[in-house]
Amino acid sequence: MRRFKDRLALWLGALCAVLAMIPLISILYEVVKNGASTIDIDFLTAAPGVIGQPGGGIGPAIQGTLILVGLTIIIGVPLGVLSGIYLSEFGDNPVGRTIRFLNDVLAEFPSVVIGVVIFTLIVLTLRSFSVVAGAFALSIIMLPVVTRSTEESLKLVPNSIRDASIALGIRRWRTTLSVVLTTAKSGVVTGILLAIARVAGESAPLVFTILGSQYFFSGLSSPMDALPLRIYRLALLPYPYAQAQGWGAALVLILMVLVVNIGVRLATRGRLYSKRSRA
Amino acid sequence: MSNRLSLQKLLEGLKHPSSDGFFKYGSLAFAGSVVAIIVLSLVVLAQGAFLALTKFGVSFLTGTNWDAATGFGALPYILGTLLTAFIAIIIGVPISLGIAIFLAEMAPDVIRVVVSNIVELLAAVPSIIYGLWGLYVLRIWVANYVQAPIQGSFGFLPIFGGTSYGLNFLTAGLVLAIMIIPTIASISREVMVSVPTSQREAAYSVGATRWEVVRMSVLSYSRSGIFGAAILGLGRAIGETMAVTLVIGGASGASALPTSLFRPGQTMATILVNQLSEAESGSLQLAALLGIGLVLFAIAFAINVVAQLLVWRVLKVQGGAVE
Amino acid sequence: MQTEKKQSLSSEGVVQPLKTLENSKVRTEDLNAWYGNNQVLKKLNIEAREHSVTAIIGPSGCGKSTFIRCLNRMHELVPKAKTSGRVILDGSDIYANGVDPVTIRRRVGMVFQKPNPFPTMSVYDNVAAGLKLNGERNHAVLDRAVQRSLELAFLWDEVKGDLDKSGASLSGGQQQRLCIARALAVEPEVILMDEPCSALDPIATAKIEELIASIKENYTVVIVTHNMQQAARVSDFTAFLYLGQLIEYGETTSLFENPAEELTERYLTGKFG
Repeated sequence: MRRFKDRLALWLGALCAVLAMIPLISILYEVVKNGASTIDIDFLTAAPGVIGQPGGGIGPAIQGTLILVGLTIIIGVPLGVLSGIYLSEFGDNPVGRTIRFLNDVLAEFPSVVIGVVIFTLIVLTLRSFSVVAGAFALSIIMLPVVTRSTEESLKLVPNSIRDASIALGIRRWRTTLSVVLTTAKSGVVTGILLAIARVAGESAPLVFTILGSQYFFSGLSSPMDALPLRIYRLALLPYPYAQAQGWGAALVLILMVLVVNIGVRLATRGRLYSKRSRA
Repeated sequence: MSNRLSLQKLLEGLKHPSSDGFFKYGSLAFAGSVVAIIVLSLVVLAQGAFLALTKFGVSFLTGTNWDAATGFGALPYILGTLLTAFIAIIIGVPISLGIAIFLAEMAPDVIRVVVSNIVELLAAVPSIIYGLWGLYVLRIWVANYVQAPIQGSFGFLPIFGGTSYGLNFLTAGLVLAIMIIPTIASISREVMVSVPTSQREAAYSVGATRWEVVRMSVLSYSRSGIFGAAILGLGRAIGETMAVTLVIGGASGASALPTSLFRPGQTMATILVNQLSEAESGSLQLAALLGIGLVLFAIAFAINVVAQLLVWRVLKVQGGAVE
Repeated sequence: MQTEKKQSLSSEGVVQPLKTLENSKVRTEDLNAWYGNNQVLKKLNIEAREHSVTAIIGPSGCGKSTFIRCLNRMHELVPKAKTSGRVILDGSDIYANGVDPVTIRRRVGMVFQKPNPFPTMSVYDNVAAGLKLNGERNHAVLDRAVQRSLELAFLWDEVKGDLDKSGASLSGGQQQRLCIARALAVEPEVILMDEPCSALDPIATAKIEELIASIKENYTVVIVTHNMQQAARVSDFTAFLYLGQLIEYGETTSLFENPAEELTERYLTGKFG
C-alpha cells in the first residue's frame, strides 16, 4: 500500500508537469501554425492598412518596440545597476534592507498600476500620449529586476577579490567599478538581457502611455505603436485578416523573447550565475 | 564605545569628503528611487481619485453602478478580480505543488532539466500572447468541452448560468491559473530544495518511502514558504491584465457582477485597460477609474509585502541563498 | 650592530616596550583590536625592522591575521571592528586623525593566504592593476613596472612569453607569485604576508621562500605563518603571539634555540598548537 502511494505520488507529479506543459506547447504550436504564413517582408515593414481591409503590416509596431527598448535601456540600466551596486556593496544595514525589500515588492507589482500612474503623471499633464511616457513606465518596470540581478551577480564575486584591490591602495569606488563589476560582468549583462525580454512583452502600461498608432515613429512626445500593443488592437478587431496578422505579430514577439531567453540560458549553462540554476 | 568611534569616523569623513563617500551616497540615491517610485505612485493615485472618493465615500467600494448619472461603484470589479484570482489559485496551486514536488524530489535528472526549463520558459511568454491564445483557442475549448456539457446537465444552477461562448470568468480564471503556475512552482521548488538534507536523511533512515519522506520532512518544513509562493501567485493573478482583458468579455456596471462562472465580467485591471485612455480629463469617471487603480495598488502592495515576508523569512532561515 | 633583543613577560604579565628604535620601519604601541565586544589583540608592542623579515607565529586564533591587518588598516573594514593604540610607520602614526588609509595601503602592501588574482584580467593587467587603477597611463612606465615586479617575484621567465593569458589560468604557486608581483608593482615599503604558502605544495612554497629572501634587501617583510619551520627558515625576527598577547619577541635563531618563556618553548616543541 505504501509502495502504491509512492508510485501514485510520482505519477501525479508527472501528470502535473504534463498539464503545465500542454499550454506552452499549444501556444507555441498555434502561434507558429497561424502566424508563419502571414510573415513576409511586406508584413514586417509596412504600416497597417485601413481598418477593415486586409493588407498592411506591423512595421511601425516593430520599430516602436525597438525604440522603446532602446530608451528603456538608457533610463533603466544605469539606474538599476547603480542601485544593485549600492545594495551589494553598501547595503548591509537597515536602510539597505528596507530598500531591498521594497525593491522586491515593486518587482512583483502589476504593470497596469504603473501604467496608470504614468498616465496620470505624464500623459494627463502633458495632454498627450507619448513615447517618453511609455519609456518611463517600462523603465520603472525594469528597474527592480535589473537591481535584483545586479546585486546577486555582484554578491557572487568573492570578497578576496575586493580585499586584494583595497590592499593595493585602490579606492572603494574604483574597486567596485573596475574590479568587482568587471568580474561580475556576464551575470550583470545576463540580468539586463532577461529584463529587456520581459519588458519588451509588456502591453498593459503601453495602452495608457503610447496609446498605439498607425504610423511610424513621429517624435518622442507623440503616440507610437509597439508589438504587444498592436497584437492587442488586432485582437479586438472582428476581421479574419486581423486575426491572421495578430498571430503573425505574436510569432515575431515570441521569437524575440524566446531567442533572448534561450540564448541566455545556453550561454550560461553550467555557470552558477543565478540562484535558479539549481537544476 | 563603538558609537563614539563611528561618529568620529563620520566627522573625519565630513572634514575630508572623499570620492568613496560620494560613491556610496550617490548609489544610495539611485537605490532609493525605488522607494520614491512607490511613494509617488501612492500620492498620484490618491490625488487623482480624490474626487470620486470624497463624493461616494464607502459606497465607492460597495456600489454597483457605473455611469455619470447614477454614480460609480467598484464592487463588481473587485468581486470579478477576486473570483478570477480564486479560480486561478484553486487550479494553479495544486498543479504547481505537484510540479514542484516532482522536480525537487522525484524526477530523474534529464527529465528534471527539461521540465524545469519548459516551466521557466512558460514564465517568459508575454501575457498578451496568453490572451491571444486564450481568445482564439482556450475559449473555444471551454465553450465546447466545459461550458456546454456542464450547462447541459446543471445549467439550472445560477452559478452555471449565462451565455458567453467562452468569454467569461471561468476562461479568465483558467488563463490566470496557467500564468501563475511557473511562479508558484519555481518558488516552492526553491523552498523545498533548501530543506536541509539531514531532515530527509532522518526520515529515510526510519525506512520511509520517497513520498513519505516528502510528506514528513520536506512539506511540513516548507509550509510557510509554499504559502508565501501561493500568495505571490495570488498577487500576480490579481494584477494580470492583458490576458484577462481578451477573454473575460468586458461587461460593466451591475451586469458585471460575478453571479456565474459562465457570464462575461470585468476585473479591476481590465476596466482600467478598457476605459482609462478614453476617460475625460477632470471627469468623475476618470477619478473613479483612478480610485480603482488605488484599490488595486493597495491590494497588490499588501499581498506582495506579506508574500515577500513569508518567502524571505523561510529562505533565510533555511539558509537558502535568496540574496 | 646586532644586539640580542628579547622581550619577556614582566611580573604583571604585560610585555615591556622595546628600548631602542633603531632601524624600526613599523612598530605598534599598545595596539588593541576588537571584533565587536571581543578583544582579539591586547596591548601589542611589536616592531618590524627595515630590510628584514619578521615572522609572527602562534596557534590558531591567537590574532596573527588580525595583527597584520592592523598594519595596513584593513582590519577596520570589517563591520564592528575597532582598534586603539598607535601604529608607527617611519615615525608617524598611521591611525592619526586625518590620515587617509588609502595612502597607507599603497605603502604597506599585502599578500593573502589564498591566491586571489583578478579573474577577468590577464597576467599583465593583474600586475599593472595597482598602477593603472590609480591613474597611470604611460605604457612604457607600466611595461617596465610589470617586468620588474614579475622578475622580483621569480615569475617573469615563466610568463614572459604570454603576458596576455588570464591570471586565473596559472598554477596555484604561480598565482601566488603573481599576487606578490602585483603587490610589488606599486612599490610599497612594507610587504605583509598572511600565511602565503599554506595553500601551496612544498615546491611552490620553497620558491616563495627564496623570493622572500631576495626581496628583503629592499623591502620590510612581515609574514604570518603557522608553520614554525618556515618561520625559522625565512625570518630574521620572530614574534610569538598567544591569545592576542605578545609572549616573546626576538632574533629568530635565539628564540628558536633558546626561548625565554616556557609557553614559547612548549609551542615550539609541539606541546600544543
